[in-house]
Amino acid sequence: MIHTEHRDDFGAKMGMWLFIFTELLLFGGLFIVYAVYRSQYPDDFHIAASQLNTFIGTINTIVLLVSSMTVAMSITAIQKGNKKLAMSLIAITIIFALVFMVNKYFEWGAKVHHGIYPGSELMLTLKRGELLFFSLYYFMTGLHALHIIVGMIILIVAFVKVKNSKINNSDYVLLENGGLYWHLVDLIWIFLFPLLYLIS
Amino acid sequence: MELAQPGQDFLSAQSYNAVFTVHGVIMIFLVVIPGLAAVFGNLFMPIMIGARDVSFPKLNLFSFYIYMFGAVLAVISLFIGKGAPDTGWTFYAPYSTQSGSNVIAAVLAAFVLGFSSILTGLNFIVTIHRLRAPGMTWFKMPLFPWSLYATAWIQLLATPIVGITLLMLVAERLFKIGFFDPNLGGDPILFQHLFWIYSHPAVYVMILPAMGVITEIIPTFAKRKVFGYKAIALSSVAIAAVGYLVWGHHMYTAGMSGTARWFFSFLTFIVAVPSAIKVFNWISTMYKGSISLEPPFYFAMAFIFNFMIGGLTGLILGSLATDIHVHDTAFVVAHFHYIIFGGMGFAFLAALHYWFPKIYGRMYNHKMANWSCVTIFVGFTVLYFPQFIVGLQGMPRRYFDYLPQFQTGHFISAIGAFILGIGFVLVFMNLVRSAKTGKIAESNPWGGLTLEWQIASPPTVENFDEIPVITEGPYEYK
Repeated sequence: MIHTEHRDDFGAKMGMWLFIFTELLLFGGLFIVYAVYRSQYPDDFHIAASQLNTFIGTINTIVLLVSSMTVAMSITAIQKGNKKLAMSLIAITIIFALVFMVNKYFEWGAKVHHGIYPGSELMLTLKRGELLFFSLYYFMTGLHALHIIVGMIILIVAFVKVKNSKINNSDYVLLENGGLYWHLVDLIWIFLFPLLYLIS
Repeated sequence: MELAQPGQDFLSAQSYNAVFTVHGVIMIFLVVIPGLAAVFGNLFMPIMIGARDVSFPKLNLFSFYIYMFGAVLAVISLFIGKGAPDTGWTFYAPYSTQSGSNVIAAVLAAFVLGFSSILTGLNFIVTIHRLRAPGMTWFKMPLFPWSLYATAWIQLLATPIVGITLLMLVAERLFKIGFFDPNLGGDPILFQHLFWIYSHPAVYVMILPAMGVITEIIPTFAKRKVFGYKAIALSSVAIAAVGYLVWGHHMYTAGMSGTARWFFSFLTFIVAVPSAIKVFNWISTMYKGSISLEPPFYFAMAFIFNFMIGGLTGLILGSLATDIHVHDTAFVVAHFHYIIFGGMGFAFLAALHYWFPKIYGRMYNHKMANWSCVTIFVGFTVLYFPQFIVGLQGMPRRYFDYLPQFQTGHFISAIGAFILGIGFVLVFMNLVRSAKTGKIAESNPWGGLTLEWQIASPPTVENFDEIPVITEGPYEYK
């Protein structure tokens, strides 16, 4: 038997799906905590949630949704062998991710400016439920932002590999997995956005 | 040791707390959770399913590196800052949010080790799905990989929960967030729930591979087809599935509704069923077998014996009324160590003696191995059995001092600990010496039928020159 380099695209994708599953459970733990405290302090949560900037939140939601589309398009492009288009679509996705992070920076910056950040004096004087809401807000969006950064790194790696033709129209599972990860980041935001911004 | 005599002997109360915490963290997160699955799983699972390696070898290496990183963190937590953590390995809030000791390092170590565990689980699942040799259907797969498959799912599904919980704990300590501190509006019981959602299944992460090893050893030494192959395979999956839902039995006394307690108790009893199925099947496999008494078989017997005691005392703890009496006593300590040490520990030794000639290509001294097995078994029993009794008499666990009436039990335990230590020295000496200078072993010293015995010892880098084609089940002894 001639020994060839082992390659199993299906297995690789299966591994990625399992990994995504663990990520969902990771955030699932936070959703449970959110649910418990929301039911314990419904009024405080209502007041605190109304202080979030729904406008920036909406913009960011749109940004992420569109970026999910562009990353999916880049996979189709590479399947069709259009390397240049794939590269520019990945680049656009990365730019969208940057826009998201910049918005986040301004949103968090404004909160911090008002003295609402974990460990601040003002936070400890707030009502218990409000304190928990803002803590969860920082923790959940912070963890999500961390995932955005990881996603950006993966996309940058994918970009370089497409450029070097390491990812090409016969071997593109890495880009697919990167795309899956990006969709995950998007999906989690889809849940965070209504829970934190809209329900109030 | 400290408990051999009443009063303060060697350790202060604070260092006693630190010692049992670090013992717990290191043993649980560093030794018994990854022990069997990562050591023997990575080595033999691919061989037993007829693969050259796991699906993601690089990921495997990466998980090893983060495991080492976590291990270093855990050890560092002992020495830096304001002293070793003193919360117990469960890191219960709110004390863990307030203790001045080094909780963050220990918690982060547990988090990192958990991540490593997830990656290993992921790797195993994909490997077992994708890389089984041609012809090896699910029900022609040996039972050790089956148990690893069930284990891997638990690792994958449960570990993220404890990961996020521990992160919340760290955030709480750093920023005074108050997820779990009642003074800040949080709920410490929530921490217990989130913690046990992982940490109870983690017990099955420890014991399932152990059961898998025993299921390999018994047919090999009884030269009989394993009794109830499908029942054993599926009971592993059943334990994984039900075991995921029994975490509440750690919290009967913590404050839960009567319905919830009833429910958790019921599920706890349910999970005993597949475990019992396995025990009965092992014994039935030996019935009318041609048993050859070799060291791995002795270890396997000790496993079954200890596991039965551990399992049955588990039911005492699992039922609501009796648990109230023995909750947080030395009885729990004894039960736990019968399962983890008497079960997983003995299975680890059994696996070590079973696969040793395959790993090193050399054979150890059988007589010495038998003696070390006896010594460890005696030491173990003398150490932990009295704990059941003092536990029933009301000795609380994690206390650094006690009333005079508990002295006899503790003194006997201390003697057992010494015997146990001698036993381990024997094992260690025997195996280390044999790895270098032992007799060269043939490739199949026990006459096993699973794939790992059909290749050279030690295995070559790629395991198989040619991937085998499987036509029959793994235990077709004639």
